[in-house]
Amino acid sequence: MTTVIPHPNASVATSAAPAGLAGYNFAYLDEQTKRMIRRALLKAVAIPGYQVPFGSREMPLPYGWGTGGIQVTAAVIGPDDVLKVIDQGADDTTNAVSIRRFFAKTAGVATTDRTVDATVIQTRHRIPEVPLTENQILVYQVPIPEPLRQLEPREAETRKMHALEEYGVMHVSLYEDIAKFGRITRSYNYPVRVNGRYVMAPSPIPKFDNPKMDRMPALQLFGAGREKRIYAVPPYTDVKSLDFEDHPFEIETWEEDCSLCGAQDSYLDEVIVDDKGTKMYVCSDSDYCRERREAGHQGDGGPK
Amino acid sequence: MYVAVKGGDRAIENSQKLLDEERRGDPRVPELSLDQIREQMSLAVDRVMTEGSLYDPELAALAIKQARGDLVEAIFLLRAYRTTLPRFGVGEPIDTAKMAVRRRISATYKDLPGGQLLGASFDYTHRLLDFALAAGDERPVAEIAPEGVESGMQHVADILDHEGLIEREDPDDENQPVFDLTRESPRYPADRAARLQNLARGDEGWLLALGYSTQRGYGNNHPFAGEIRVGEVAVEFAPEELGFPIEIGEITVTECEMVNQFKGSAQVPPQFTRGYGLTFGHCERKAMGMALVDRALRARDFGEATEAPAQDEEFVMAHSDNVEASGFVQHLKLPHYVDFQAELVTVRALRRKAEAARAIADAAE
Amino acid sequence: MTGSVRDPLLQVRDLTHHYGRHLGCRDVSFDLHPGEILGIVGESGSGKTTLLKCVSGQLQPTDGSVSYRTRDLGPVDVYGMSEARRRLLMRTDWGIVYQNARDGLRMKVSAGANVGERLMAIGDRHYGHIRSEAVDWLERVEMDMGRIDDMPGTFSGGMQQRLQIARNLVTKPRLVFMDEPTSGLDVSVQARLLDLIRGLVGSLGIACIVVTHDLGVVRLLSHRLMVMKGGQVVEHGLTDQVLDDPQHPYTQLLVSSILPV
Repeated sequence: MTTVIPHPNASVATSAAPAGLAGYNFAYLDEQTKRMIRRALLKAVAIPGYQVPFGSREMPLPYGWGTGGIQVTAAVIGPDDVLKVIDQGADDTTNAVSIRRFFAKTAGVATTDRTVDATVIQTRHRIPEVPLTENQILVYQVPIPEPLRQLEPREAETRKMHALEEYGVMHVSLYEDIAKFGRITRSYNYPVRVNGRYVMAPSPIPKFDNPKMDRMPALQLFGAGREKRIYAVPPYTDVKSLDFEDHPFEIETWEEDCSLCGAQDSYLDEVIVDDKGTKMYVCSDSDYCRERREAGHQGDGGPK
Repeated sequence: MYVAVKGGDRAIENSQKLLDEERRGDPRVPELSLDQIREQMSLAVDRVMTEGSLYDPELAALAIKQARGDLVEAIFLLRAYRTTLPRFGVGEPIDTAKMAVRRRISATYKDLPGGQLLGASFDYTHRLLDFALAAGDERPVAEIAPEGVESGMQHVADILDHEGLIEREDPDDENQPVFDLTRESPRYPADRAARLQNLARGDEGWLLALGYSTQRGYGNNHPFAGEIRVGEVAVEFAPEELGFPIEIGEITVTECEMVNQFKGSAQVPPQFTRGYGLTFGHCERKAMGMALVDRALRARDFGEATEAPAQDEEFVMAHSDNVEASGFVQHLKLPHYVDFQAELVTVRALRRKAEAARAIADAAE
Repeated sequence: MTGSVRDPLLQVRDLTHHYGRHLGCRDVSFDLHPGEILGIVGESGSGKTTLLKCVSGQLQPTDGSVSYRTRDLGPVDVYGMSEARRRLLMRTDWGIVYQNARDGLRMKVSAGANVGERLMAIGDRHYGHIRSEAVDWLERVEMDMGRIDDMPGTFSGGMQQRLQIARNLVTKPRLVFMDEPTSGLDVSVQARLLDLIRGLVGSLGIACIVVTHDLGVVRLLSHRLMVMKGGQVVEHGLTDQVLDDPQHPYTQLLVSSILPV
């Protein structure tokens, strides 16, 4: 071990934290910071889809690796919560493992892979296939919170565009897709309009997951640490994917089923199984796939 | 049969053990001590303290050791530690005019009150690899001057100020809260306090390159190195129960004041304007780059054209932080296969459409 | 609609703008009626572009007022209204044709999207409709339909100006501002473009303010003419009258030096 200098908070923090990492407060962040984040969250819930600036802290994990989601989770999680962390839909991807370990270590909370058992789910790039409930909170990790950023790099200008509801340029980009390709080609981070007002980035989830956001019973919270923004979709709020009347929003479909569990309704990952590029398809949501297999469903097992 | 990849947990544990081993290197070579790093890699320590925005040479040395000399990683370590520290209050502004000067040079005057003081500097060394140094066991000694350096040296900018030749710099209202970059999200347009805080933590390479670009015509502001000084200043703090400031310690800082030509505007007669840079420890290159960029970012205040990258506040400030930049660039290493899958589906659909169109065209021929 | 055809569409009163100590324009007043075309001429630095910016909501004047007769509320102070409302006005009931097409076009999206943008900005969500409007307007400015999906950067200068015009007229504005719309183009291209503008503006009954240094442009387009020098209007009257019988020495000089034929 290289740590030779004791943390100055050590004595204060250990008394305040029954579980967790010695020397640090429950769930790492100090209570002042959590309060600040909760105030931002309340504001975000009150104005669905509006990006609330917040005093994002430096976290011991790198920016772009979930610092926003971690801060939001740290601010809402309690000792009785059960946490699930997924990346790409799976519980066992390295970054999901790393973040789950972080909370197990700093908050001592119970963790789970099972979607139905979790009270707080932190995610990167997916929404679980099983419908979420009113008793759950879904926390998204967001790299670029501004849906207009690729069209207008300046924050001063995009804030004005949101304030004045000037969203024409967003449709211009969709128009261009149709004019060039005959269809809207955005496949992930597909912009949505929340509660009929703010255009919002759903984070880089595949558009397959967009319809799940609409009138979801669970509270959806979004944290962007590096960009210092928090936003939210309260339970049962309208979330509509942008489109044209004559080119309605569509989601991805696969001709294949999941090779492991035979699911026909889930988002599939393509796995290359040999040097010749032979493919098989498996559920991206690893818990969903396992639950189905445990319930007796079976796929074709993939290429033999 | 295919089984989904598992074992992220163990992979991470093993990777971290390997990392520790590689950091230590060959165990037959003696291990570096923090004292050695602090004393013999002092400029690295200074940079890590500056961009890590925590004045603690001991911790900075630890960060450098832990990061295997990767300074951006060391800065990240120090920042992540700093953010957990409790805040006791806000110190009094340091007074660099009262600095115990170790080095002080001005390019605008041949001589000036207090004199030019070269101090320790690479400036006039010939950059020849010193093979004697490779052999080790050197014990260099510098002679002590017969008379001491004057205590308290007036700033060069203040000399110009007597004549009204340089813009006045009035202190902010002490009762107004100062923007705190580490506690608030930046808003644009930003005020100068926010900009200077951002630049002070900003990546040295970024500021160096941007400052350099202003010299090469991308937003020239005709700078002169009015003054660069390095030395120790007292840090004062006024505890509430006392009601008056007491000295709680001493830190080393580098300060650079650029003096820039300005042709004047409708409201303001022709005069010199200022660009300011300040760092912990001895980080001269950074302080100078910062001063150039500070002045470039003030273009708007002076009604100058703002066309060059260094004059673009959002561009400069949003990309100056190497902890943010390093994290976001490197996050591309994280799995993105869900989004990639979505793109695969789209590209395949587009190709099918294009092929169908071609088949129809071929059939028509 | 509020007000009759006889009421002025735009009323400018004592408009003054200083850039710091430097004068942009001073004490300019005029009325503009529906369907009327006003030319503003003067050499560079005479204040005509400053005046145009102040009048068109792009530059808050130091002094004076600009009042526009809106469709719903009647005359409204352009700088008194909220920014949201002013921006809405600028992209619906007004049009602005810039000298440099790059200032007026979105260079990174196709010609069709450039024309369709204003429709989408006011809530049109039917691709087929937007597309057919774009086609219609490109035809009206005599552009090649085959290029509807091309980027503006691939067009000639004259075509870019036509595209700017189509992009502005698609929402059927009542007032269009033009800043040197034909300068930098070949003489033959200029003539065809002017012809097109005159035809469109006339048939649609759009009011226009055209700023130019070219007396040929105003002779062809404008009903009335203002001559500017040193930030001030030195002569103002019917175009033919001013050009055929200039009163102010500066106008006489302009007319004699530029219109020898």
